[in-house]
Amino acid sequence: MRPDPIKRIDTAFFWEACEQRKFVVQKCEPCNTLWHPPRPMCPKCHSIEKTHQRLTGRGVVISWVKQVRPASYGFESSPFVILVELDEGLRIVSNLISVSVPVIGDIVEVDFEKTIGGKSVPIFKRVVV
Amino acid sequence: MVSSFQKACIVGIGQTEFSKASGRSEQQLAAEAILAACFDAGIDPASIDGMTTFSLDHSDEVDVMRSLGCEEIKYTTRLPQGGAASVSTIVHAKNAVESGICDTFLIFRAMNERSQYRFGQPHHSMSPDAHSSTFMEWCFPFGAQTPASWEALSCGPYLHKYGITSEDLGRIAVTFRKAASTNPNAWFYKKPITLEDHQSSRWIVEPTLRLLDCCQESDGGVAIIITRADKAKDCKQTPVQILGAEYSMLFNHEIISDFYQGDLIRTENSEIVADRLTASAGIAPKDTDVAMIYDNFTPQVLRQLEGFKYCGIGEANDYIKDGNLELDGKTPLSPNGGLMGEGYIHGMNNITEGVRQMRGSAANQIKNAKTAMLASGVAGAIIGV
Repeated sequence: MRPDPIKRIDTAFFWEACEQRKFVVQKCEPCNTLWHPPRPMCPKCHSIEKTHQRLTGRGVVISWVKQVRPASYGFESSPFVILVELDEGLRIVSNLISVSVPVIGDIVEVDFEKTIGGKSVPIFKRVVV
Repeated sequence: MVSSFQKACIVGIGQTEFSKASGRSEQQLAAEAILAACFDAGIDPASIDGMTTFSLDHSDEVDVMRSLGCEEIKYTTRLPQGGAASVSTIVHAKNAVESGICDTFLIFRAMNERSQYRFGQPHHSMSPDAHSSTFMEWCFPFGAQTPASWEALSCGPYLHKYGITSEDLGRIAVTFRKAASTNPNAWFYKKPITLEDHQSSRWIVEPTLRLLDCCQESDGGVAIIITRADKAKDCKQTPVQILGAEYSMLFNHEIISDFYQGDLIRTENSEIVADRLTASAGIAPKDTDVAMIYDNFTPQVLRQLEGFKYCGIGEANDYIKDGNLELDGKTPLSPNGGLMGEGYIHGMNNITEGVRQMRGSAANQIKNAKTAMLASGVAGAIIGV
């Protein structure tokens, strides 16, 4: 089974939102800038006041790999790892759930998948255009 | 302006054998390599007064001092970013010596990255607070858990844009292994490969990296001694000058897992380093005689050739096809066989090879080599005699 995410003080909001099937990123409260990966301080206005914003969950695959040897630890079989450029301009590493190999340029949409400890992570599926 | 007598010079290099099972502690490998470097330079280890290494090294400064009998350390640093820091050590050594803080500066690296732990296997023992490894949080639960997987993911857009094939990457591996085959210190001495060998080697990470695109986990230690020009003239070896050493780490960029900033086509930090080096060393990387380019995985060579301005963006594949990296080419690549062919002491054995090339004592000596480029992505140095 998929390993649990490693949750840290500054990133817990992201994983907890996933448990409610919500795909969010850090948003700076005063200047509204979105950031991923999360960080304790906004590098633009230096505020530590943070909230988060729900995203469209749509993006495009800009890179992909499959870890063959050694196989991905914890998984029944190594998943397709994708780098997604989200509608909002941010990038995130995730998985494409698909029987066919990813193609750079694939349009994808977020969904969620359970981990071994009952947590949740965002994964992506192809959008049929 | 640093006076000529203050200029930093590399005066000693030392190493253990490179193997898959050293049979001794990493601390002992460090001590042996350091002693060898001191002997090479003709200096007393007691006189070492500054040192550096980089993240993931398990030999503590206290232990190094205890074994070598160093009397007093005035300055020590431990650099971030793993192997990308290999050439950053030269930046620190140069600054420590030329500022007058240190007289005799040591760089060391010792690892049992094959026999004691597996550097290329999933890194799942990470502490969430570990230095410079928060990136793991965003990769591990998605099955991207090895250096090869991060490298392949971050190089994907570049390889896709320029249509780089597995055969193209294979040619790079063949070049390294050809050089290693005539270097008696190389793990792959007398073991050249063909493009067919590369193409039939198993996948490590689809669709990019085969086994022969990867450096090999190795055990071993490397050490380097740096001092000022006025002291260097009393050492045993011909001093090798550090003509320039520069470093650039840019906002929101990670090292091997560099996913979040920039177009993932250009390596802007290397371009900045190339420009600064050209100004400070008075020679451009592409005009040096030897190219020691960090080769954890084959795509890195393409991206650094462009980043350090050996050729234009998207032109590295043709630059290689045209034979420029061959030992008799315009800019010979890692005549020791690089990290892929000689051993992977996290980049440091490429620096010692650069020094040997300047001394004229390398196994695959490049004729009349007077300058060498040392490159590890975020850092670059030009050395010369």
